[in-house]
Amino acid sequence: MANRLSIVVVEADRERARSIVDSLRDAGDFDISVISEVTGLARHVSNRDPDVVLVDMTSPSRDSIEELTLASGPLERPVAMFVDRSDDGLTKAAIEAGVSAYVVDGLRPDRIKPIMDAAIARFHMFHRIRLELETTKRALEERKVIDRAKGLLMKARGIDEDAAYALLRKTAMDQGRKVVDVAEALVTAAGLLS
Amino acid sequence: MSTTPLEAGIIPLVDAAPLIIAREIGFAEEEGLDLRLHRAPSWSSLRDMLALGQIDAAHMLSAMPVAMALGLGGFAERIDVLSVLSVNGNVIGCSLDLAARMRAAGYGFDFVDATAAGRALIAAAGDTPRIGVPFPFSMHAELLYHWLGALGVQAPQALRVVTVPPPLMAQAMAAGEIDAFCVGAPWGSTAVEDGVGELLLPTTAIRAFAPEKVLAVRHTWAEAEPDLTRRLMRAVWRAGRWLDQEDNCLTASEILARPDYLNVSSEVVERSLTGRLVISPRGDLRSVPNYLVFFRGAAAYPWRSQAALMAHSLAARSGLDRAAAVKAARSIFRTDLYRQNLRDLGAEMPGATDKVEGAMRDPTAVASEAGHLILEPDAFFDGFIFDPTGDE
Repeated sequence: MANRLSIVVVEADRERARSIVDSLRDAGDFDISVISEVTGLARHVSNRDPDVVLVDMTSPSRDSIEELTLASGPLERPVAMFVDRSDDGLTKAAIEAGVSAYVVDGLRPDRIKPIMDAAIARFHMFHRIRLELETTKRALEERKVIDRAKGLLMKARGIDEDAAYALLRKTAMDQGRKVVDVAEALVTAAGLLS
Repeated sequence: MSTTPLEAGIIPLVDAAPLIIAREIGFAEEEGLDLRLHRAPSWSSLRDMLALGQIDAAHMLSAMPVAMALGLGGFAERIDVLSVLSVNGNVIGCSLDLAARMRAAGYGFDFVDATAAGRALIAAAGDTPRIGVPFPFSMHAELLYHWLGALGVQAPQALRVVTVPPPLMAQAMAAGEIDAFCVGAPWGSTAVEDGVGELLLPTTAIRAFAPEKVLAVRHTWAEAEPDLTRRLMRAVWRAGRWLDQEDNCLTASEILARPDYLNVSSEVVERSLTGRLVISPRGDLRSVPNYLVFFRGAAAYPWRSQAALMAHSLAARSGLDRAAAVKAARSIFRTDLYRQNLRDLGAEMPGATDKVEGAMRDPTAVASEAGHLILEPDAFFDGFIFDPTGDE
């Protein structure tokens, strides 16, 4: 039917793309396609002539979509970045979540809202997962360094693990530094001396 | 000393130097600012962050706030230009394949003559050369339309100006998506180093003095925060003056090259700062005067005529009313704030808010408050002159 909105999702990561498509399907009956190629992006998008384009803000390729805002031919439909002029809330929420939408001229905001809501929720989730992953990775790395520093102290001073950790912590507190920084300094120094 | 935080956005490019140096060499701190720099992934994201207030200042393509003033692309928020961050700094390059065809046709790659280079490119690339630029509203696009338009290419119809993010330019060229590109430092050199292209011209060969990046803020912010605006302008202006001293080039290169900024080798940055460019995979080296200018010749002064010229061309290409576009664009280039906030630092103050763009083929002394301002040449390759006071 002519009224079914077509959406193009620009996303290079297959897993993420699938997850966005799923949540859009839950939000309504849309004709959805995914573009994962970064070269020739604007050309690929305009070939599909969608009503809405969703693009990850952290991708440098987003600038290629801006080109479509300059409709050069009379048959081309001008595309504009979606800005909810009645209330900046939705646009702001989208940008904070890291997604931006481009829509063809004349599309009513209430038709876009369910799409935006679904995309915003999904991108928030991506953001949270990425943050959690980074935090976990950092914690793991810190733990490894501290373990090595403990090992060095145990060997060098003939103390047990608890005492080694206590020594690291006391040094860190005395110097107003983090335990991991002291541990790292120790590991580096040991590496130089050995 | 307690400092006030100020969030600013940059794209990791050599011409973000005035903001990076303002922070790293301490000019911001001396003005009582904790200048926090955020790297944006794209120009459109940077624009949105600024328009929505996630940042208060941005390193921006000079044509972007002008396009916004004309209601083109994205938000309708009024963005003001406090000063020009950099002048020039772009190069035009072409694919190895196109370069080979141009060479076979007898072109000598002199890296100087824009007319000869443009004619050779048009002859070798066919009717509709596809040229990559970083953004549709940019000095890169402006210069291309002017250059090839003056040589008879029907712009914009017959010219395919394609937006390609600079980090992807080499890839797009390798994939055959574009025949040529116009891009800023260090990405032109990167394409040469990757062995996918050769450099054809510095854009100074097309227009000798083109405003490239500007210091942009929301109009409402500049109005609400006159003191922060003043301190930001002063820190950035002093950073520009510092960058203009040759002795500081090495230090600047090392700072800009760091992983949290450009994350490229300091040698690549230094080449851009000094204007000594490697132009082909064979290692040919060319020295380009005024390749990237931060300060001399009152480079930071936001001439309203520069805004007017960009608005004039953008309006012509987009079918908008030219007089209204020029008026809107002129008002966002804040020569008034420049005078007010930088005068006591000893900044050279031009006597006028406008100049005739393209009239100077040589360094020229002009009227200024202190009386010794010499402007750098600003001529176009085809003798084009834009008189902002002239009739439409």
